[in-house]
Amino acid sequence: MNIKIINLLITGIGETFYMVVASTVISYILGIPLGVLVYATDKNGICQNSFVNRIVGLVINLVRSVPFLILLVAILPFTRAIVGTTIGSSASVVPLVVAATPFVARMVEASLKEVNHGVVEAAQAMGSTGWQIISKVLVPEAKPSLLVGMTIAFTTILGYSAMAGFVGGGGLGAIAVNYGYYRYQTKVMLITVALLVLIVQIFQEGGLKLASYIDKRIKR
Amino acid sequence: MIRLVDVSKEFKTKDTKIKAADRINLEIKDGEIFGIIGFSGAGKSTLVRCINLLERPTEGKVYLDDLELTSASKKELLKARRNIGMIFQQFNLLEQKSVIENICYPLLISGVRKKEALTRARQMLELVELTEKENSYPSQLSGGQKQRVAIARALATNPKYLLCDEATSALDPLTTRNILELLETINKKLGVTIVVITHELKVVEQICDRVAVMSNGKIEEEGKVEEIFLSPKSETGRKLVLPDSNSGAAPTRDYLRIVFDGQSSFEPVFANLISELGIKLNILGANTEDIGGKAYGQLLIERPDESNVKKVRDYLDKTKVSFEEVFVSKEVISA
Repeated sequence: MNIKIINLLITGIGETFYMVVASTVISYILGIPLGVLVYATDKNGICQNSFVNRIVGLVINLVRSVPFLILLVAILPFTRAIVGTTIGSSASVVPLVVAATPFVARMVEASLKEVNHGVVEAAQAMGSTGWQIISKVLVPEAKPSLLVGMTIAFTTILGYSAMAGFVGGGGLGAIAVNYGYYRYQTKVMLITVALLVLIVQIFQEGGLKLASYIDKRIKR
Repeated sequence: MIRLVDVSKEFKTKDTKIKAADRINLEIKDGEIFGIIGFSGAGKSTLVRCINLLERPTEGKVYLDDLELTSASKKELLKARRNIGMIFQQFNLLEQKSVIENICYPLLISGVRKKEALTRARQMLELVELTEKENSYPSQLSGGQKQRVAIARALATNPKYLLCDEATSALDPLTTRNILELLETINKKLGVTIVVITHELKVVEQICDRVAVMSNGKIEEEGKVEEIFLSPKSETGRKLVLPDSNSGAAPTRDYLRIVFDGQSSFEPVFANLISELGIKLNILGANTEDIGGKAYGQLLIERPDESNVKKVRDYLDKTKVSFEEVFVSKEVISA
């Protein structure tokens, strides 16, 4: 294998990391408040509001039901408006965030639901405000579960990012498509796939280990 | 003073309405330990949650001292809640926070500085005798220790009231006794008014001054613990105090129920009775406990013939031991 391909793969790894990490971070910045909102406005939630709950829930479900490739193309004008172009790694971040945020919001909601209701009740009895319950009780108590959710979100976004390679996104996905699929270089394709598997493996294992390490419920 | 006026709480399910609390009127005086006892599903937990408005009553008014909580603003309510500590059957500690962080929580949310909060939290740990567990996490503690942390947390903001929702129901008998002793100390030393919800008569016997018997969302009777224990008037009260006739544990013959409600456990009451009167008495059942040198519980003896009953009656009256005569035909003559 020549040096050119190796350099190509190294750049690909870098781009993939950039896309996936940036998308994960941004979709969490947007997804946590959204998830909290859905949780808090739910029936018997801390600030119950069925109208808001239904609207937000509907939007989340709507975006989640659109296939990623369709979404990718459908929001091209939006992507161009934000990053100025529709090709390359930065341009892939936009559709990745749009697709991942609703997914992250549901993961966050599920994690918060796992927190024992009695703890929330105790916090209410101590005179906590709604915001204090969210920031000091719910989110810290759900931390290990949120972290597990984050590893799942990360690997999902990694899968999406490879798909973005089909329509001009960067990263390992683009290499697999351009060299492996269009130029029949099976070897390159296999290597990129192996690299993707490796990245998933590392992050999945690492995330779960970290989650169980910070979880104080486990006796050590 | 906690005052409930005509408080009702109704839960609506799909096709039925359940009245968990039905026109409850209660007055809990400052400095007392007030018990609310009843079988499960009686509405005790709902009632206690109506006091700090974790459950908002559908009707009626709740007063805390002079403040009507049911019409108070949100800000006033949050402030009032900081004056009412609460502990739970399942402890409800923050699992991801250490013991000391748990106790600091109520202080920090009410705006106390971190350093002062820590000092105060350490004092509370000393009070519940868990100083060495400061940096442990709840998962590393036993049930009794968890409840002690919960008590320390509930009292950290120096509240005037403490609500205990089945606080000892998940604990073994010895731990229960220790926790109850701690609650009694808190009541005596710090002057905290305590409301105890329980289904165990033992708990009420050991620490409460007054008690309300609850069933089906209603208060069936209310009074001093000795009175209710000695001669329960309501059906639920009788079921709680008297041996259960459905389980087969109740005597099938007429009997006398001698009640121990805190007199010295060093006095051999029954032995004295037999030796002084010189009559043979048959014990049908007994359920007594020695709590800190005081005797609690009851002794059931078979009713002797008429002339001897009179002797026993006179002797018990003379020695000021409470008793009642129970006829299996369910007619009761109270002494």
